[in-house]
Amino acid sequence: MDLISEAKISQMASMEKVRYIIDEVRKGKILVLEKGLNPMEEAKLIEMTMSAIQPDEFSGIEMQSYPSNGDASILGKLFKKQGNKRLTVIGPANQLKTLKKDRNLISALVSASK
Amino acid sequence: MSMIKRFKISFSRMFDKLFKKKGACIGIYGPPNAGKTTLSNRILRDWVGNEETMGSVSHIAHETRHAKRRNEVSIESNGHTISLDIVDTPGLATKIDFHDFMEQGMSDSESKKRSKEATEGVIEAVKWLEDLDGVILVMDSTENPYTQVNVTVIGNMEARNLPLLIVANKVDLPDADPGVIKEAFPQHPMVPISALDGVGMDSFYEALAKQFG
Ligand SMILES: Nc1nc2c(ncn2[C@@H]2O[C@H](COP(=O)(O)OP(=O)(O)OP(=O)(O)O)[C@@H](O)[C@H]2O)c(=O)[nH]1
Ligand SMILES: [Mg+2]
Repeated sequence: MDLISEAKISQMASMEKVRYIIDEVRKGKILVLEKGLNPMEEAKLIEMTMSAIQPDEFSGIEMQSYPSNGDASILGKLFKKQGNKRLTVIGPANQLKTLKKDRNLISALVSASK
Repeated sequence: MSMIKRFKISFSRMFDKLFKKKGACIGIYGPPNAGKTTLSNRILRDWVGNEETMGSVSHIAHETRHAKRRNEVSIESNGHTISLDIVDTPGLATKIDFHDFMEQGMSDSESKKRSKEATEGVIEAVKWLEDLDGVILVMDSTENPYTQVNVTVIGNMEARNLPLLIVANKVDLPDADPGVIKEAFPQHPMVPISALDGVGMDSFYEALAKQFG
């Protein structure tokens, strides 16, 4: 699992970021972005993921980030406490099947990344 | 250009805006199988009639693989009529595995074809986001709402400052919990409905008129 610091990501242009993420995830890596992507970059990442899907090779990504404002949910509060960062976990879909549902895994990832 | 001419042009634009009421273009978004097409078909049945439908419905994901637009649907609520262009979009996903279609009984080649078309459909749906005046985001009330697809759609609408209406669909199912959706996205209006049996449609049209009218 690779932690991508805010400093590293903020130096990249949107397209570079998205390309970098896809390339890493296709190699089988799980990335934890200290600061997530903006909504347009997320949309771009979904598009590029779709273009990269190949039967029996790459079936897409699993990705979880958190709403940035007005978030009164448990997860939102959890993440606010950790410094108001939009922490985002991204990995290959076939390796991260549980990511979507298992809140404990996400909080484990959060504490591991600190 | 003379003052008067300039004035005339801006006045005619204003006139168009005020009176022609060019219908807003609203996209129906959500994950695969949330019930977007079922909802679109119900809207057409309620306001267009003629047995016109938006598209086919299936329990197998990615049934809609091309966006479909229906212009000028007139919807009446609380004595006001609004005209909307409605776009039913392919379900958004971050992954598509053709094995899932094979498990539903499709052949290897059918599944790969559906998978390929589904990836193109998702791209089409994402591109449509740029041309809309608002979004109806449909979620399945029996499913976890904390998904990247939901977060991305909501984020894009918020960033563009465009109106959003969240629909908590499938409330007819015993496991449905629309409260979880409200809790996840408290900053946006939400209506619980069953697009299948029509429960909650009056409140839906009211909310629609309020958000996009
Ligand atoms: N119980 C129940 N089932 C529903 C409801 N709305 C839709 N469904 C069912 O959910 C399945 C998917 O419905 P669709 O309308 O095709 O869903 P969609 O969001 O258009 O799906 P894609 O086009 O694949 O993205 C079908 O089996 C529908 O009958 C509902 O309100 N209640
Ligand atoms: Mg559909």
